[in-house]
Amino acid sequence: MSKETLDNQSTSGRGYWRSLDDLAQSSEFQARLEREFPSEAAELRDPVTRRSFIKLMGASMALSTLAGCQFAIKQPQEVIVPYIRQPEEVIPGRPLYYATSMNVQGYGIGLLAESHEGRPTKVEGNPDHAASLGSSDAWIQASVLTMYDPDRSQQVLKAGVAATWADASTALAAAAASAGAGIRILSEPNASPTLAAAITALTTKYAGAKWIQYDPISNDNAIDGAAAALGAATNVVYAFNQAEVVVALDSDFTHSGPTAIRYSRDFSAKRRITSAKPTMSRLYAAEPTPSHTGTMADHRIAVRAADVAALTDAIAAGVGVSGITAPTLDAKASAWVTAAVSDLKANAGKSIVITGETQSAAQHALVLAINNALGNFGKTVTFTAPVAPATTGNAGLKALVDEMNAGAVSLLVISDANIIYNAPGDIDVKSALAKVATVIHHGIYADESSEGAAWHINGAHYLESWSDSRAFDGTAAIQQPLIAPLYDGKTLIEVVAALSGQTNSTGHDMVKAYWKSVLSTDGYAFDKEWQISLHDGLIKNTVAVATTASLTGAVTATATAASEGLEIVFRADSSLRDGSAANNGWLQEVPKPITKLVWDNTAQVSPATAKTLGVASGDVVSLTFQGRSVKAPVWIVPGQADNTVVVHLGFGRTKAGKVGDGVGFNAYTLRGSDNLWHGAGLEVTKTTETYKLATTQEHTSMEGRDEDIYPTKTLADFLHPVAHEGHKKHEVISLFPEYDYSKGYQWGMQIDLNACNGCNACVVACQAENNIPVVGKEQVFLGREMHWIRIDTYFSGDAESPSVYQIPVACMQCEHAPCEIVCPVAATVHDDEGLNVMVYNRCVGTKYCSNNCPYKVRRFNFFQYVDEETPSLKLQRNPDVTVRVRGVMEKCNYCVQRINEARIDADREDRQIADGQVVSACQQACPSQAIVFGNINDAASRVSQLKALESKFTMLDPLNTKPRTSYMIKLSNPNPEFSGKTE
Amino acid sequence: MAQVFNRRTNTIVRLGIFVGIPVILALLTATWWYYTRSDWVRDVGVANAKVQPAGNIPGAGGYSHQLHVGGLKLDCRYCHTGVEISSYANIPPVETCMGCHAQILPNSPKLAFIRNSYAKDEPVQWNKVHDLPKFVYFNHSIHVAKGVGCSTCHGNIASMAVVYKTEALYMSWCLNCHRAPEKFLRPQSEIFNTAWTPPADQIVQGLKLKKDLNIRTSSQLTNCSICHR
Repeated sequence: MSKETLDNQSTSGRGYWRSLDDLAQSSEFQARLEREFPSEAAELRDPVTRRSFIKLMGASMALSTLAGCQFAIKQPQEVIVPYIRQPEEVIPGRPLYYATSMNVQGYGIGLLAESHEGRPTKVEGNPDHAASLGSSDAWIQASVLTMYDPDRSQQVLKAGVAATWADASTALAAAAASAGAGIRILSEPNASPTLAAAITALTTKYAGAKWIQYDPISNDNAIDGAAAALGAATNVVYAFNQAEVVVALDSDFTHSGPTAIRYSRDFSAKRRITSAKPTMSRLYAAEPTPSHTGTMADHRIAVRAADVAALTDAIAAGVGVSGITAPTLDAKASAWVTAAVSDLKANAGKSIVITGETQSAAQHALVLAINNALGNFGKTVTFTAPVAPATTGNAGLKALVDEMNAGAVSLLVISDANIIYNAPGDIDVKSALAKVATVIHHGIYADESSEGAAWHINGAHYLESWSDSRAFDGTAAIQQPLIAPLYDGKTLIEVVAALSGQTNSTGHDMVKAYWKSVLSTDGYAFDKEWQISLHDGLIKNTVAVATTASLTGAVTATATAASEGLEIVFRADSSLRDGSAANNGWLQEVPKPITKLVWDNTAQVSPATAKTLGVASGDVVSLTFQGRSVKAPVWIVPGQADNTVVVHLGFGRTKAGKVGDGVGFNAYTLRGSDNLWHGAGLEVTKTTETYKLATTQEHTSMEGRDEDIYPTKTLADFLHPVAHEGHKKHEVISLFPEYDYSKGYQWGMQIDLNACNGCNACVVACQAENNIPVVGKEQVFLGREMHWIRIDTYFSGDAESPSVYQIPVACMQCEHAPCEIVCPVAATVHDDEGLNVMVYNRCVGTKYCSNNCPYKVRRFNFFQYVDEETPSLKLQRNPDVTVRVRGVMEKCNYCVQRINEARIDADREDRQIADGQVVSACQQACPSQAIVFGNINDAASRVSQLKALESKFTMLDPLNTKPRTSYMIKLSNPNPEFSGKTE
Repeated sequence: MAQVFNRRTNTIVRLGIFVGIPVILALLTATWWYYTRSDWVRDVGVANAKVQPAGNIPGAGGYSHQLHVGGLKLDCRYCHTGVEISSYANIPPVETCMGCHAQILPNSPKLAFIRNSYAKDEPVQWNKVHDLPKFVYFNHSIHVAKGVGCSTCHGNIASMAVVYKTEALYMSWCLNCHRAPEKFLRPQSEIFNTAWTPPADQIVQGLKLKKDLNIRTSSQLTNCSICHR
C-alpha cells in the first residue's frame, strides 16, 4: 500500500462523523476506538481475573485430557429415524418452497417459505405478488423465529387453568348465544375475505354484534383523509416508479406500512443510474426525526411534527390549491418550500406529494388536493375501491370502551390486539374490561390483555394457519400453513366459526368453501383453480380495478397556531413496530437506524434541545404529558427538530416473554387518544439517575478515511466531471501472493448506495439464513454483536441538520485478504472462486484475523451464544449452515451454502450456473434491490455490468485489499436553484 | 568430599535422555494416534447397524444387505431414493419395506418390528453407521454423478449381513480422492456395483473419466468450502 495515497486521502476527507462524541473528538471516544473489540470486549467479565483464570486453566487442561478418555473418545452412537410413509414431494436434504402470505397491518404480503422436511426455516418474498415482488423486510424475516418462540402460549386456558379446545369451543358458542347483540370482536386489522365472511355470518346470526379492528400504528388518517377529499372510501396507490419529484411530508413511505416493500422497490428504480438512464428522481423530506426515507432525501428539513402542517399549507398555496393561503414560515422552511413547489410545478403529472400516518386526516385530504392540482391523479396517484374492510382505529376503540363502561358488551373476544398494553394512556381499558361479563382472549401469546380473561385460546402463527389475504392493490392470496400448529393453536377464523356455533369447522375447509363460492366453479375446475392459486401464491384476476376519483370534498388549511414549549412525538419503532413481536430477539438486537441502539428505546432530543434541558445521552428524565409520566433515558440525535422529544412505541412489555419483558419503557402510556402521534405541552424533568444504553454506532470505526469509505457526488458532478488535480491513483504493488482469478466462477457483489435506506432487512435475513445467534444487550454493550452484515451510518455537516449516509458492510471477500496471512492455523483461506473462506472446525480463536481486518467484519463467539438446548429453537436452524460454538470466529461467506447447492446442481447436470441462480440472503431480502451478487467472470452477468460502471468504488481502496464487494457511489440530486443545503 | 553420584549415574542419565525420552514420546504419539486416528476409534469393521428399540415397537430385528442386495439383487436406489438428487441417500420409510413384505413373509416373526411400526405409526430407529461430523456437508448426488461408486466409501455392502464401516472416514482419506480422483473413478455403469474392482489400467481409465465427466481440478476440489460451510 502506498503511504502517500493514504495520507492524501485522510486529509482530503469530507468530514464524516459517526456520533456526536466523534464530532467533538472527545477523549473517551478515542479511547474506545483504540481497541479492536471495543469496551474491553476481550476481557473476562466475571470476578475471576485473567491471571487466576490462566492458573485454573492449567489444572483443568490436565483434567480434561483424562476426562476426554472416559466420555468422548468415540463418536456417540446416533440414530436415523426415517419416515413411516414418506410424503411424495419430500426428498430429505432438499428444501421445498411453498407460497403463502402474511398479514402486515391488515394487508397481505405474498411470501415463499422454505421448508426442510416439514420445518419452515426461512421466508422470502413471492416474486409474483405485487406487495413483495420477491423482497421482504426485517419484520417478515424475523416472523419465522416467532413461530418457534418457546414463550408462545401452548394451551387453552380456562381462567388460567389448562383446558381443551373442545370445551372452549362449546363454551364460546354458548356465550355467543347468550350475549347476542352484546358480542364484540376486537382484532388487529385483517383483510382476509374468509374472516370477513365468517364475521358477517356471525353478525347475521346475532344482529348487533360488532367487529372492531384496532391497530395502534394504523394508517387510519390516510383512509379518513381520502374519504373526506374524494367523497367516498377510496384506496390510494402511489406509483413511485413514475415520479420524478417526491415530497415526503413526515412520511416514511419506504419503510412504514404494508406498502413499504413495494414503494421502496419502485422509488429506488427511479434513483438508480445506468448509462441508458442518466437521470434520477429528487426527494424532498420534512420530518421531526430522521427516518429511513428522510435520510435518502436530496433536501431534508427537520421541523416539529406539528409544523409539517404549515409546510403542507405552503405547498398547497404554492401549487394553487384554491382556498389555501400560505402561512408565514421561517427563512429555511420557506426556501425549502419554494424549491419544492417550483420542482413540483415543473414536474406536474410526474410527481408525488405524500404524507404519513402520523399526520392528520385533514392533511391527508389536503395532500390529495395538492396532487390533484399538480395533475398527478390517474398518473402517479391512482385509485381503487377499498380492498380491506373499513378499520375503526382509535375512534373505534374509544367507542368500544364507552360501550363496555355502559354495560352494552357482554361478550368480548380479543384477538391479538393487546389493548391493555397499547391503548392510549387516557383510555382506561382495565376498568372497562372488568365490566364485561365474559372476556375471551385469543392470540399466539398469553399477553398483557389475557390477564383475567375467562378463556384464553392459544392462537396459530401465520405459518401454521389456513387463511387468506388481500394486498394493498387488491391481490388476493391464500395463506397456507407450512406446518401443523405446534401447540394445536386456532386461527381467528376458527374462533369466529365457533362463536357462530360451527365448533368443528377447520380453517382449511372454510377458506376453501369461501373461494369455491367466489370463483363459482365446481368439481375439477375448482380443484384446478385452487391448486394453481396455492402454487402461485395469489388468486388470478383479483387485483382491484383502477377507478377514477376527483376532488369532491372541500379541503382546508391544516396549520394550527404555533405551539410553545416542548412537543412529544410518538413513532412506531423501526424494528419492533407496535411491539407485538417484542419477544423476538432478532428484532430486539438489530441496531435501529441513526442511533444504532439495541434493546432499548429512548427519549430522543436534538443537540440544541439537550443543551437547553441540560441533559446528555444516558441521563434519565421523567416525561410528563397530559398528567401521565414515564421515566426514559435521553439519547441525542443529530438531525432532529429542536424542541421535540421523540419516543418509540413497542417497548416496555410486561408479559411478552423472557426476551421482551422489561425492555425499554412503554411509550403508549404517554399517548393521548387525541394526540396519537404528537402533542404539545410535554414536561421534561431531569432525574439524578443515568442508564446504560448499548449502541453499535461507535464500534468498528474506520479511522476517518472518508473518501475511501464513502465517496459521494452530486448527479451533475457525476455526469459532467470537473478535472481537478490531486487524487491521482498510485500504482500499488502487493506482497500477498497473486491468485489466478481468470477461471471458473468468481463471485462478487455490488451494493448500490443510492438505493439503500438502511432498513435492516438484509441484517435479519442474514441472521435467519446463517444461524447467527442473539447475544443480548450486555454483550452488545461490550462490542460483541454477531451480525455478519451491518449498516454503518455516517453524518456530515453540522449536528443540527447533518446529511446522513448509510452503507451496508459485510465481509468484502478481499482478494488480498489481510486476515488470511495472520491466521496461525489456516482457518481462513482463499478458495478458487475468490471467497475468503472461514473454516470453523479449524479455528482456535486467536482473533488475529479480526485484528488485521480493516473492515471490522469478523465476529467472535466469546461465549456459547447459540441456544442448543431449547427444542423449538433448534427446529428453526438452517441445516445447510454449521451452528458455531464458543471460541470460533465467523463472518459473511457470500452464503457459500447457496453457492454450493447451485454448483452441485449445475455440475450434476453438466451445465454452468446461470446468472441469478445464486442469490445471497441479503440480496434476496433487500426491498430496494440495492445488493447484486453473481459471477464476475461472466461479462454478461448483472454484477459484472454494474462493476464496469464508472460509479463503482471499493472501500478503503488504497489498502490494496482488492475487495470483491464494491459499491456504487452515493449520488445526490439537489435542486440547482436551491440555495439551501445541497446534500 | 566424596562424589555424590557414582560413575554409573552418567550411563543412566544418558540412557534416560537417548532412550527414555524417545520411548515416552513414541508412546505418547502412539496413544494419540490410537485415540484419534486409528480404525479402532472409528469402529471400522464393527457391525452394529441393528434397529434401536424405539418407543413401543416390540420385536427386535434387522435388515440384511447380504440377503437383499447380494442374494436378491435389489438395486441400491430401490430404497436409497435420494442418492442421485440429494445430499442424503435417504433411509427408506417403512412403507417401502411393506411394499414387498405385505405379500412376502407376511407373518415372519423377524419382520414383526416392520409390521408393528407400520401399524402403530411409529418410526423404526436405525443405528447410524457412517456418521460424519456436523460441520461436514457431504453430498451423495454429486459423487454418484461424477463416477464415485457406492463401494468406494461403503465397501462391498452386498456381502454384509449387518453393515459396518470399511473406511474410517477421516478427512485425509476424503482428500486422497479429492486430490487424485483418477485413482477411484469408475464408469457410470458400475456405480451401483458393490463388487467392482479397479481395472489394471485404472489411472488411464480414471484420467479419461475425469475429463469426460468434467471433474473439477484437484485445486478446486480441495477448497475448504467444498465440504465445510
